[in-house]
Amino acid sequence: MGKNKLLYFSNGRGAIEVISLCAAIIIWEIVADFIIRDPVKLPSAYAVFLSFYELWKIIPGDICISLLHFGIGLGAGAAVGITIGMLMGWFRIADRVLDPMVEILRPIPPLAWVPFAILWGGLTHYAAGFIVFIGAFFPILINTYTGFREVDKTYIDAAKVLGCKEERKLIKSVAFPFSLPYIATGIRIGMGVGWMCVVAAEMFGVSKSGLGYRLFQVFWPLHMIDKLVAYMIILGLVALFLDRLFRHFVEEKLFKWKKGIVIQK
Amino acid sequence: MNHKLELRNVMRVFNSEEGVIKALEDINLNVKPTEFLCIIGPSGCGKTTLLRMIAGLDQPSSGEIVLDGKEVKEPSPDRGMVFQEFSLFPWRTVIKNVTFGLETQGRDKEEQYRIATEYIELVGLKGFENCYPYELSGGMKQRVAIARALATEPAILLMDEPFGSVDAQTRNVLQEELLEIWKRTKKTVLFVTHSVDEAVYLADRVAVMSSRPGRVVDCMDVTIARPRKRTSIEANEIREMLLMRLGLEYQKIR
Repeated sequence: MGKNKLLYFSNGRGAIEVISLCAAIIIWEIVADFIIRDPVKLPSAYAVFLSFYELWKIIPGDICISLLHFGIGLGAGAAVGITIGMLMGWFRIADRVLDPMVEILRPIPPLAWVPFAILWGGLTHYAAGFIVFIGAFFPILINTYTGFREVDKTYIDAAKVLGCKEERKLIKSVAFPFSLPYIATGIRIGMGVGWMCVVAAEMFGVSKSGLGYRLFQVFWPLHMIDKLVAYMIILGLVALFLDRLFRHFVEEKLFKWKKGIVIQK
Repeated sequence: MNHKLELRNVMRVFNSEEGVIKALEDINLNVKPTEFLCIIGPSGCGKTTLLRMIAGLDQPSSGEIVLDGKEVKEPSPDRGMVFQEFSLFPWRTVIKNVTFGLETQGRDKEEQYRIATEYIELVGLKGFENCYPYELSGGMKQRVAIARALATEPAILLMDEPFGSVDAQTRNVLQEELLEIWKRTKKTVLFVTHSVDEAVYLADRVAVMSSRPGRVVDCMDVTIARPRKRTSIEANEIREMLLMRLGLEYQKIR
């Protein structure tokens, strides 16, 4: 009986995952308390847990500021990236005109733009947003471009025969809906890169607030390592949450027709 | 004699790296109203190119294509086309695929749905309106494609080996259904195939094309009474003649 019960539990939904996570935290605690024994080198799990409690008043504000930077950058990145990606993917001439610039600018790491972000935007939310924009823009552009490039010629022919002939209509009714899964992938990758950029931009002083600013400009100089770790965990959780939210609302709802390709079930 | 579709000295050349390739040469063909005309020919003879030109997706290098007295210049919903490959828009449900042409014409929503429902019923897919193409079998997809092509009430239906990629049994069923639809809608049908059996079963008349450069080398009336039996003696005789004629063309390629 006892053995069966254990088996049942270990087969239950999420049980293994929960046990594994708890084990990791316990090992962390043991390593911190009995092996490292230096809270500056590795704060204990308990200390980090306590700092969440101590910081609960400033955490929501910092998350909001970082999300604002992220939103500005991602929004602009999506708007500009999708537009240019569509133009380059659809019109051969736009591709040839813009491709050299894109290829030269694309490999520049977003953080190399930090000086310009400050020169152009000062220490504003827009300056931080600009770094996120650089990070999110290129994956969205490339994926949109790929989507438009891959549009099956048969779909275009079929649409033309049905009377849909103007370029604008073909883009709207055929190429765009066809490319949506590609665009969604681009946005998802852009979100990942963009989130890294938020933290980095705030760390490098493009902003005077936000998660990255607090982590690198406050907790680190003051050697509040337990609080620093707490913020690291928050950075991870927010990114995880954003990704899940996106998949839930965009991919599963919008792409019923691409089952098995976008939605892994 | 009143013709629905006239092809006058239609020629098509392609410029490639090896120079100019003549794909179609001197095509003259008349299609009567409500006629079911099959075009057969060896692979690569330009059957698809010919159909694409009639659809307006490609232009002849010289010659004229005239539908109902008007020269064909560009695609238009007065020529419905069913493609060889699956051409349904995968992001649209069955009914939204069928309404596509009607949307383009700017008809109102209610009318779109009424007409689409009608044609979905005609092809026997009632109950599948809200399915996505990935949920349908190959045969069902081609039925939707037929409904979509018919929804804008074209003057002529162009079909480019539409049953080429479905299994033999489904193919027979689809052929019967197509004849039924043809009888009911009284459309003119231009049907490209590489299958002699299919042509003999479906057509009023079969045009045989030569290997490249493609020309219409023979036109054969199929006068067998409908409904036809695939295995009847007359069908076999015509099949024999067509196979021989086609065999000559295949020999030229070798």
